[in-house]
Amino acid sequence: MAILVNEETRVICQGITGKAGLFHSQQCRDYGTPMVGGVTPGKGGTEVDGFPVFNTVSEAVQQTGANTSMIFVPAAFCADAILEAIDAGIRLVVAITEGIPVLDMVRVKKVLDRSAARLIGPNCPGVITPGVAKVGIMPGYIHTPGPVGVISRSGTLTYEAVWQLTNLGLGQSTCIGIGGDPIVGSNFIDLLALFEKDPQTEAILLIGEIGGNAEERAAEYIRQHVTKPVAAFIAGRTAPPGKRMGHAGAIISGGAGTATDKIAALEAAGVVVAESPADMGAAVQRAIEKKRA
Amino acid sequence: MKIHEYQAKQLLAEAGVAVPRGQVARTPDEAAEAFTQLGGELAVVKSQIHAGGRGKGRFKEYPDQPGVVLVRSADEARDNAARMLGQTLVTLQTGPEGKTVNALLVEEGLNVARELYLGVVVDREAGGPVLIASSEGGMSIEEVAKQFPEKIFREPVDVDFGLHAFQARKMAYRLGLNGEGVRSAARFLPALCRFFLDNDCSLAEINPLVVTDDGQLIALDAKVSFDDSGLFRHKELLELRDLSEENEAEVRAAKAGLSYVKLEGNIGCLVNGAGLAMSTMDLIKLHGGEPANFLDVGGGADVEAVTEAFRIILDDPNVKAVLVNIFGGIMKCDVIVQALLTAYDTVGFDVPLVVRLEGTNVERARQMLADSGRDILTATDLTDAAKKAVATLQ
Repeated sequence: MAILVNEETRVICQGITGKAGLFHSQQCRDYGTPMVGGVTPGKGGTEVDGFPVFNTVSEAVQQTGANTSMIFVPAAFCADAILEAIDAGIRLVVAITEGIPVLDMVRVKKVLDRSAARLIGPNCPGVITPGVAKVGIMPGYIHTPGPVGVISRSGTLTYEAVWQLTNLGLGQSTCIGIGGDPIVGSNFIDLLALFEKDPQTEAILLIGEIGGNAEERAAEYIRQHVTKPVAAFIAGRTAPPGKRMGHAGAIISGGAGTATDKIAALEAAGVVVAESPADMGAAVQRAIEKKRA
Repeated sequence: MKIHEYQAKQLLAEAGVAVPRGQVARTPDEAAEAFTQLGGELAVVKSQIHAGGRGKGRFKEYPDQPGVVLVRSADEARDNAARMLGQTLVTLQTGPEGKTVNALLVEEGLNVARELYLGVVVDREAGGPVLIASSEGGMSIEEVAKQFPEKIFREPVDVDFGLHAFQARKMAYRLGLNGEGVRSAARFLPALCRFFLDNDCSLAEINPLVVTDDGQLIALDAKVSFDDSGLFRHKELLELRDLSEENEAEVRAAKAGLSYVKLEGNIGCLVNGAGLAMSTMDLIKLHGGEPANFLDVGGGADVEAVTEAFRIILDDPNVKAVLVNIFGGIMKCDVIVQALLTAYDTVGFDVPLVVRLEGTNVERARQMLADSGRDILTATDLTDAAKKAVATLQ
């Protein structure tokens, strides 16, 4: 089962003729993802490393039956690329691109909210359903199929967590990087709801960081709606206020968005919070045992 | 990107937002000249630094001199300016080291009837910009939120249209304005929101917003910052950047495509990925150390990036040890080790270096480190890495 990415997934890459777009399309194909083509305006009708290239997403959808798009379009044009994917009826849009202007994302969000599409990202590693398909830039081999759903605002920190899970014998149902920007297409709550309904997922790991209040809202949602065991880790306990820590969204402003507040909210909702990033996998084990008891 | 108050007010005035008449002074004589030209009985001389809390701030060199001062003559303007320009202003937000004042804004005095608060920010939860107003001007909005949450009002701003006229009126009446005050607000509020949208701002804050005794709304102070990701379409704004306000190492890192934030500790960190970099800082603290910086070397972690990252870390005199934490995914660990070794030799290390690698080809990478003959400590996992780095300091 898993969520978002499954056996029916058929992927195109917007920006496939760029260096990163092509490289990661090849990597996804090697992992077993049905990569059915790509889009680069002006290069329609050509082929790149066996991938058919189309001028528009809608043409690509008609010709290939794609239902998922992975976007590597440069930041200045990325909002337009996302809107094009939504317009073409793409079901799952995964935007890897970093550095999209915040107000562009506000405009995208307005359209997205009225559509049937789901957006993951931007500024994210993407989505993987281990053993089935990956739509993103994560290293495939560290994952293994299993019962843990992972949702994270980060990239390499997620790989770290997945690696710990895999080494503990805990496989993953689906792993999603929701992105490090202030405004993202899908938030923790959207995905918690999907994992709660997914029969394969038996436990959930949530990886948050300083900035905003998405973790606090997730904690409230978990308290009310999630029956499955949940573990969490929050990065940035030592981050100073008023400084952006790499991700555009990772900033403590006006005393709000601290790791301490987020950890307190999650613990109050019954979530097992890992104290150390070395302890994320073990925290999932503890959450599962705690539920059993 | 932050800009100075005087720059913000120039931009706001061009956008139809009312600001006091004022002039920038870079010498004491210019300050006196500004007072004379303004022609009033009273003027305000304001230090131009990016940090807030200037009114309560004092100068290191002149402990009685406030960062913002009222003057009643050209001579008084000149004398105060002489104690401010080129001196170091310390406020609650500058930290104890303070900031050098290179410019002053000399403004006309106003007949203030009331002080309000106005701010536009992007509300993550609402997924769009929001106009925030409060009847409690002059204090920080965070403080108002704590003390008088009922006195904060919010209106969503349509990203395409801006603020509707009815929203401006609604806000004006909530703030207790009437007559000319409402009419003035109907011009001021939409103009501020339009300014925010047109320039890809991340913050446009007017605190205090004053209502004069004849009912006019005027921006007594202005704090504006821009979304860095939006600057590519506002090239003219880049000229307003004041590099002297920014940390030199952070600017240098940004040029090399690295994300670096200086901290107060003594263990330097080099990490790939922002989340992992923050976690590495946390991990050091958890094991009794203090991180000297945040540094995300990015996905590439090639020789150039790692070399420059090492140089920036080692230029910080506080750094007594360096911890490298890399999760090699697509970028394989053995490739990263090659970059680390080359950078290590180029830079010349005089403090202990602890390296923790995980991911693709990690066994080969660890062997390469062990066989390298360099004085590099290898760690088996995250905890081991933090413990070893902290132990080198003892």
